[in-house]
Amino acid sequence: MNSLIILPILIPLLTGIILIFFSKNIPVQKLISVISSLLMVLSALYLAVAVYQDGIQTMNLSNWEAPFGITLVSDMLSALLVLTTSVIALACLLYSFRSIGKERESFFYYPVFFFLVLGINGAFTTGDIFNLFVFFEVMLMASYVLLVLGGTKIQLRETIKYILVNVISSALFVIAVAYLYSVVGTLNMAHISERISQIGQPGIVTVIAVFFLLVFGIKGAIFPLYFWLPGSYYAPPAPVMAMFGALLTKVGVYSITRTYTLFFYHDTGYTHGLLEILSIFTIIVGVIGAIAYSDVKKIIIYNVIVAVGVILFGVATLTEESLAGSVFYLIHDMIIKAALFLLIGIIVKITGTSSIKKMGGLIHQYPALAWTFFIAALALAGIPPLSGFAGKVLIVRSGLESGNYWGAGIVLLSSLFVLFSVMKIFINVFWGSPRAYRQQEPVPAKWLLAAPAVLTAFAVLYGLGTEALYPIISLAAETLSNPEIYINAVLKE
Amino acid sequence: MEILMAFLIGILFMSATYLMLSKSLLRIIVGTGLLSHGAHLLILTMGGLKRGAAPLLGQHAEAYADPLPQALILTAIVISFGVTAFFLVLAYRAYQELGTDNMDRMRGKEGNE
Repeated sequence: MNSLIILPILIPLLTGIILIFFSKNIPVQKLISVISSLLMVLSALYLAVAVYQDGIQTMNLSNWEAPFGITLVSDMLSALLVLTTSVIALACLLYSFRSIGKERESFFYYPVFFFLVLGINGAFTTGDIFNLFVFFEVMLMASYVLLVLGGTKIQLRETIKYILVNVISSALFVIAVAYLYSVVGTLNMAHISERISQIGQPGIVTVIAVFFLLVFGIKGAIFPLYFWLPGSYYAPPAPVMAMFGALLTKVGVYSITRTYTLFFYHDTGYTHGLLEILSIFTIIVGVIGAIAYSDVKKIIIYNVIVAVGVILFGVATLTEESLAGSVFYLIHDMIIKAALFLLIGIIVKITGTSSIKKMGGLIHQYPALAWTFFIAALALAGIPPLSGFAGKVLIVRSGLESGNYWGAGIVLLSSLFVLFSVMKIFINVFWGSPRAYRQQEPVPAKWLLAAPAVLTAFAVLYGLGTEALYPIISLAAETLSNPEIYINAVLKE
Repeated sequence: MEILMAFLIGILFMSATYLMLSKSLLRIIVGTGLLSHGAHLLILTMGGLKRGAAPLLGQHAEAYADPLPQALILTAIVISFGVTAFFLVLAYRAYQELGTDNMDRMRGKEGNE
């Protein structure tokens, strides 16, 4: 029963290995990858139900007792994130079938895709800080390959920068783990938390906390460390961009959330104050980028940065309500960013350009695409019946209650600019007079639209079902705001 | 002993930072190599450098060296091997395609080839 936790990690691993053997047989690759990603969604759903009914699920690998072996821990937050990851992976996979092209498919696109999912699911589920590093590396290695696969000039150039930044941040992660190990002498997350609360977070632990913020901030693109993201995410094809934008930065955000609620919650004045300032600046730079560009990809890429700032502002406020808001917003943002990246992938494919000044009038030929984009754009900005609303309300309200009027005001104001940036795309691309686009081959727009349309429908349902989902989300927030629940679940006698 | 190692690791980090800020891609990759050396030595040092036998049970010693940092280093070494090999091949491909190893000339125009 408990070994259920490992299924969302094991399924992509085995699928990736099997797919290596069928690299030239594309129909078989597609069949196997669809079946196993469906299995992954089902197992993640089953895991989430199990966590909801029976509380936190833990699994000690090879039956070694908790602090000594590697423990996999699935609380409500990780179960929800694993479920969202599996759904998004399925959608991106179906989109890839028609858009990625033979030359990439026959060179291990699908195996690497599954290794990426393996790394992400593993990072969400692990209960060991060094194991988290290893899953980060699995994820990053797969993302290097996905980024460069195809080998165009822009991909080569941007991959060099992306690898360099991530090699440095991985080295910093190793250094941070080494420092933490020398202070607490353990690697199990629950045990680290227990030891830190025994010594009451002396100055050196605060230094390590800032070090971890530096490491995960590079992965998750927070304010002074986001510089690599706009260029790197610009290079790959649409489904890869959707996987990156929806999932990779969110692993960094999840890691900050985990470490700052489980380890470093004793001296919140310094660490969480720093996180709060950085998250507000992240929102500001993201918004500036989003309204500055007239390029569809760049606008959505800068919206990724805005969302990271909003989520981390909720984490920095550190009340149960704001954490619930962050979890709400995190899941909403993963779904809607995947949908938006896939939608602009279709737009770029139809028009052959990504500059909005060269587009116009697409609504006459592609009305379904236009209205899906419109709903997704409203959901991104957080218009009430849609998905972005509930999370932002909770974050803003708890920000106001804790007296941070500036921060809450900037979060509110950022919605306006986000709405402006995506409406700028909508108005310029879909309205106006139609233009003639040079197309070498017809675009299978109807087929490609299916995946982002389903994701947008999920976002709408997620917004409408806020009331029903609230107990699940608040369960996740309860575990985050009471580390004892997590510790007791892992280190049971 | 730990003090001495701390200085050595500091010098490694310093050289790595200096090399990674240079223009040539190969010097940057040499810098990442030095950075990972520094990180691995740091794990070893932070695990403690007390005297003890090698962590082999056949030694029947009073005290052993801490085996955990050694396992962590071994993991980190193979990971950085993999990444460095990929990075070197990528640099080679980039040199063939782009015809330069100067990071200044790899900037590209805004948002296109």
